[in-house]
Amino acid sequence: MEKKVFERTKGLTEILMRYCPGCGHGVVHRLVGEVMEELGITNRTIGIAPVGCSVFADEYFNCDMIQPAHGRGPAVATGIKRVRPDCIVFSYQGDGDLASIGMAETIHAAARGERITIIFVNNAIYGMTGGQMAPTTLLGMKSTTTPFGRDPRVAGYPIKVCELLATLEAPAYLARVSVHKPANVLKAKKAIKKAFQVQMNDQGFSLVEILSQCPTDWFVTPLQGIDFVEKMMIPFFPLGEYKTIEGKKETVKPEPKKVLETV
Amino acid sequence: MPRIEVDTIRCKGCELCVVACPYKVIGMSKKFASTGYYPAVMVKPEKCTGCTLCALVCPDVAIEVYK
Repeated sequence: MEKKVFERTKGLTEILMRYCPGCGHGVVHRLVGEVMEELGITNRTIGIAPVGCSVFADEYFNCDMIQPAHGRGPAVATGIKRVRPDCIVFSYQGDGDLASIGMAETIHAAARGERITIIFVNNAIYGMTGGQMAPTTLLGMKSTTTPFGRDPRVAGYPIKVCELLATLEAPAYLARVSVHKPANVLKAKKAIKKAFQVQMNDQGFSLVEILSQCPTDWFVTPLQGIDFVEKMMIPFFPLGEYKTIEGKKETVKPEPKKVLETV
Repeated sequence: MPRIEVDTIRCKGCELCVVACPYKVIGMSKKFASTGYYPAVMVKPEKCTGCTLCALVCPDVAIEVYK
């Protein structure tokens, strides 16, 4: 008797995805959908679609979705989570959305320790607008706004979001994974599941950074794209868990003190 | 007999499944689909083990695996 061992998850709708061939967004969508299905939270999840290539995520995910202004995903997620604490809230964002325009919202949501999950897809470029330099563009990498390669004297250095947020007290789970090889896809799914579980257990802020390929705006074939992730991106953005709930201190409400008493 | 089924409407011919398969079961079709892309097909169906590695990397969730 033949058995289906792999099928399309119920966490995704049947609509065709309009991403370029070889784009990593599709894999990340599937992983989030599978995790929602496995945890049984599809009917009480609210997702935040970003501005960027995945702006149509509201059509693809089989849960309630909302579309905020550019970069304001964590702020809108904070509002939803505080009004509806019984819901699972996740914000799906790209690197231009999260690390450039929405950096303030991201850092402050993390510093407040909001009980939300952020799925951060890092492809080192602005995809939808046509391949401009993003905050995560690697040094020497060519884009339409850095045609001679990113020069650190003019454009500065790439931002490592996980390392940056790991310096804060509040985040409960921070991890960087990639989706360019089957083994990495499995690790990415584990990390996303853990991030959702951290939120379900009310333990704090969780963010999973996923290195993804953008063959169209890197001007390479999909196969060269996965090579670029492995040889160029992973050495600069090391994979791994940057903060886990095991190392986190218990949050206790401090006694109110006057300024004079503290010195 | 393990086998995969490729949804030719969803497949965009990115060839990520071709390099993911350890037994080189998958190749690209010579005929293009209604979308204009050349979809993935099984070229050595007898070698498929149903390991689902191709389906794991497929960005368009176009592959279903039967075992």
